[in-house]
Amino acid sequence: MRLVSSGEPDEEHRADPRPRSGSPTPETGDSGSITVTLLSLVLAFGVGAVVIAVTDPSVRSAWGDVIDSPGGALTSTWDSIAGAYGALVRGAIVDPSTVSAAARGGSIVAVLAPLSETIVAATPLILAGLSVSFAFRAGLFNIGGQGQAMVGAAAAGFVGFHFGLPPVIHLLAACAAGLLAGAAWGWVPGALKAWTGAHEVITTIMLNYIAGVMLVYLLSLSIFVRPGRTDAISPRVDGDARLPHLMGADLRVHAGVFVAAAAIALVWWLLARTTIGFELRCVSLNEWAARTAGISSGRAWVVGMTVAGALGGLAGAVQLLGTDLAVVPRSGTNLGFLGISVALLGRASVSGTVLASLLYGALQAGGIRMQAATATPVDVVVVIQALVVLFVATPQLVRSLFRRSGDGAELRVATRGW
Amino acid sequence: MRVEVRGLTKRFGPIVANAGIDLAFEPGEVHCLLGENGAGKSTLMNLLFGVIEPDAGEILVDGRRVEFNGPGDAIAEGIGMVHQHFTLVPTLTVAENVMLGFERTGRFGWLDHRRARADVIDMSERYGLSASPDALVGSLPVGLQQRVEIMKSLRRDAQLLILDEPTAALTPQESEELFRTVRSLRDSGRSIVFISHKLREVKAIADRVTVMRHGQVVGRARPDETENELASLMVGRSVNLVLAKAPAAPRAPVLEVTSLGLVDEDGRSALTDVSFEVRAGEIVAVSGVQGNGQAELAEALVGLRRTTRGTVVLAGREIGGLPTREILLRGVGYVPADRIGSGLIADLPLYENLILDTYHRPPFARGRRLQLAVVKEYAAQLMNEFDIRASSIATPVGTLSGGNQQKVLLARELSRPLRLLIAAEPTRGLDVTATEFVQRRILQARDGGAAIVLISSDLDETIALADRIAVMYRGQIVAVVPPHTSRRQLGLLMAGAGAAESLTDRPSRPAEVLAVEG
Repeated sequence: MRLVSSGEPDEEHRADPRPRSGSPTPETGDSGSITVTLLSLVLAFGVGAVVIAVTDPSVRSAWGDVIDSPGGALTSTWDSIAGAYGALVRGAIVDPSTVSAAARGGSIVAVLAPLSETIVAATPLILAGLSVSFAFRAGLFNIGGQGQAMVGAAAAGFVGFHFGLPPVIHLLAACAAGLLAGAAWGWVPGALKAWTGAHEVITTIMLNYIAGVMLVYLLSLSIFVRPGRTDAISPRVDGDARLPHLMGADLRVHAGVFVAAAAIALVWWLLARTTIGFELRCVSLNEWAARTAGISSGRAWVVGMTVAGALGGLAGAVQLLGTDLAVVPRSGTNLGFLGISVALLGRASVSGTVLASLLYGALQAGGIRMQAATATPVDVVVVIQALVVLFVATPQLVRSLFRRSGDGAELRVATRGW
Repeated sequence: MRVEVRGLTKRFGPIVANAGIDLAFEPGEVHCLLGENGAGKSTLMNLLFGVIEPDAGEILVDGRRVEFNGPGDAIAEGIGMVHQHFTLVPTLTVAENVMLGFERTGRFGWLDHRRARADVIDMSERYGLSASPDALVGSLPVGLQQRVEIMKSLRRDAQLLILDEPTAALTPQESEELFRTVRSLRDSGRSIVFISHKLREVKAIADRVTVMRHGQVVGRARPDETENELASLMVGRSVNLVLAKAPAAPRAPVLEVTSLGLVDEDGRSALTDVSFEVRAGEIVAVSGVQGNGQAELAEALVGLRRTTRGTVVLAGREIGGLPTREILLRGVGYVPADRIGSGLIADLPLYENLILDTYHRPPFARGRRLQLAVVKEYAAQLMNEFDIRASSIATPVGTLSGGNQQKVLLARELSRPLRLLIAAEPTRGLDVTATEFVQRRILQARDGGAAIVLISSDLDETIALADRIAVMYRGQIVAVVPPHTSRRQLGLLMAGAGAAESLTDRPSRPAEVLAVEG
């Protein structure tokens, strides 16, 4: 008696047609993954060292004479690498020479300048990174940080230069404008996914293009362009709308750090302590089980993308109101992808994202000093930044290079999710 | 081929999974390994199949000592294994799957499809493994997919075939066919290791029974011992398999389903004109071969699928078309069949899984703020009450055993005011102890006044628990019969033989048959 053959092939026996949420949430927190992250850093700096040596003309010529003076080639290589990385550290953290100068009555500002620069670079990165991390926690891959930061920068800039508002209020209004513009830019892909199932990776990428073109268009309007200029640049933001410097005019560190700190606290609280965060986590980990328990996945996606967009918009606003001060066609462009990088490096956890942002900020600040002080181009920093994420995304490779065994519970974002 | 293990020992950290196992598998014999989940059966088989290496002891093939550095070595020695989870490529045909990994090639490395097809046809005829060589594996029912797995092993000339819980996903009829195949393989002189914790099956198929508990062989039994004796050996205490069940005392109707129709995503009619009612204090089992609309019915009742016709009334109020949350809030508990896929979130800790459908209400939430202290206290209390074995309330449920996962699910669904409980395959894959627990809890819910819809493809369970049995076939309820209906008749109804037909071979038409449809 063949039961099944008496009917058509039945549903239960076929491949399950249900939409299983392929959560892109990277694993967080276990000690093995922290080890991999640290080893990835070591590897990235190691490869970076090779790049520095190979691209240095003096090193190359020293190796040309390697038969005659092998010591010279090695010394030259060492000097090149040590010089470049030394400059990187001096530009990102502290320059010992300024410390001794300060001890002899020199400027304390010079001692703090590298750290200030690191924080200035890290502040918008934290916001952009949290945007991506937050979306990850809702099971969404937010590629739209770029567009969100652009509309955020444009909106914040516009409020900043166009309206004359009382001091504190002007700054708050400009920040709020950036936040709302970003939220709207994030809401669209969230709503599209909830209503039509459109994949957020596709829609956010497309919205990046739209934001870019829109910014160019806005900068062609008389209301947006700086009087007397024919190129695409807006007026400078009013003094009242700028994020005030915290440690005097000579150090660029600004009140954006408070915005970032507030965002860190808020994101942590939302995820860990509210029903909204609970819904997001459930939907990202197992959408079908969440729906079976009565949780609306669509609502979670809309909320997740809107909050992610708001954080992305805030990143653009902080970059503009704290550092750039005028809207240009490229405002906010690099924040989206750097945000993805730091979120991946930080494994989508709040603390990890913050630490990764500080590291990237330090690399950016130090890279400029490195380029100025040595022959090493600042692009080496970009190579290192990329390599770190590459290694973090290939834990098996890192483990085998260091002959460490792991349980395989690793950053799966590269292979899972979409 | 005679395979013997001597003093086989395997430790995982502090846990001794196998402690000095001595066993022999004789050719021409079906050797059943009986034991609860975690007794060490799978570890032993993984040792035998070369998946893991023993810490001590040896494996002998025809008296010759062998060492396996991986399944490849075991296969080369003539050992084959059919895992619980199949290792098939759904997009390839039966013949392609069978040859995969051991392809015969012709000139220029072309695959010899003709030989592969011939092999499949040959094996089908010899061992009653009827399967079309050209069918796509992904479109086959589980029972047929399993045959493809068996053929893969035979194609590699397996003389010892290990079947790991082979009937877990099969219907009673598919199991019967598997048994026929197993017998013909045995008669061809092969040695079969059959792992199971289903006593009825073991009695039906075994030539020899070995019982394992806590990583040790605790007994050898003949298959003609009673199920209670076997169960007692397996569990280590005396067990009474007959569920003590008081007669139902049905009260007012709780669930009234009227002419429900549902068309699925593929445009197929999954439910057609389904009508039944369930009263408070009774268990109505919806029974049938898997895939005849039971899953769709359950999902439609809790609002996970939109119905195309008909009404669902809960305690006098229409709930058709309401969102799932609304339906659950009105006192519906739902235990889905796929407990880790739809019931629980594997990566979340125990305490969060326990509030998956109540997290948004007081006392677990105040406004939008989760009250974690309250949640944890509640979880600790439920863990105690439902005897959930986990190291702490923060343990991710994915790491728990199937039985404990099901306890988490039941604890969650039974711990709120309940009018109706829909339980789908509540004991699938559970061992004797856990099954007993789950079934007792469901009966308790019934006696507490809840209406129960039990969806089960396990006839034993259906007969043991149900107060009435609604048989489904192709999306329709073909008959509602009392639980003392014979297995044979139930089987015929489930096969769609049509109620009328199945009744003709009985002298009198039983009055309990309430609804009959062709």
